[in-house]
Amino acid sequence: MRLEGKVALVTGASRGIGREIAFELAREGASVAVNYAGSEAKALELVDEIKAMGRDAFAIQADVSNSDSVTDMVKETVERFGKLDILVNNAGITKDNLLMRMKESEWDDVININLKGVFLCTKAVTRQMMKQRSGRIVNISSIVGVSGNAGQANYVAAKSGVIGLTKTAAKELSSRGITVNAIAPGFITTDMTDKLNEEVKAEMLKQIPLARFGDPKDIARTVVFLASEDSSYMTGQTLHVDGGMVM
Amino acid sequence: MADVLERVTKIIVDRLGVDESQVTLEASFKDDLGADSLDVVELVMELEDEFNMEISDDDAEKIASVGDAVNYINSQV
Repeated sequence: MRLEGKVALVTGASRGIGREIAFELAREGASVAVNYAGSEAKALELVDEIKAMGRDAFAIQADVSNSDSVTDMVKETVERFGKLDILVNNAGITKDNLLMRMKESEWDDVININLKGVFLCTKAVTRQMMKQRSGRIVNISSIVGVSGNAGQANYVAAKSGVIGLTKTAAKELSSRGITVNAIAPGFITTDMTDKLNEEVKAEMLKQIPLARFGDPKDIARTVVFLASEDSSYMTGQTLHVDGGMVM
Repeated sequence: MADVLERVTKIIVDRLGVDESQVTLEASFKDDLGADSLDVVELVMELEDEFNMEISDDDAEKIASVGDAVNYINSQV
């Protein structure tokens, strides 16, 4: 077990990649705060699963784009577990549309959750991590944040922004023993990607050298690596976990 | 007042590793006491804990010298 005795907070952990990340961190020994926005039942289900493994967990509702909500979430996590070692900024939404058709509200919603949310959560945990003189922040970006993608101007701008934020936070916090890295997942099968039609999926598969879609586990294992001692000499990096799609 | 200065001085000496004699009311954290921006943020965090108060980001930005810190704390208690 690589994360024995560690405390992790995972945003957007009730479903998809976030759920797998929370589960995997717990499997490696961490106590986990399971953040969710709306899916309370799913979050509680995950908490039960984690407890059944003999690890500690609790579910906490918070809107990552609201600073008061985020401050309370971090406070409660530290109160419950006594410290905070790992933050995984995973919460994200999509509202795809062509640039010319994209409504201002679609732009704002995605930027607020996917980019501002990462800023607010990172800001909120740094106080605790600076005091501890250690911490791991792992941001879930996206491979389209590196390559661009038609129909996702808002999402791509946010995910690209996350990479810049990762590098800046890494530089600001390195002297206090805090590392900040990002993961850029490629096509991972989740509720979010199931919405895409078969034609689009077939087209995407052609662009993946490893010729398969990723599994949430592929991302979760990379998060464990970035949250563990194994990656202690890495900061400010973005790891592409995409089957070789973007090199 | 003296008590506040004493407690503030102790935190500064511990955090920045400076000599107590350097910690005067006029001393600027960055210019005179060798602190970088992050050190000042941490100092403010420790002051919050020591004096059990919350210092807003706006107020924290105005705290640049030992005297600023002492005056701010005295104005709040």
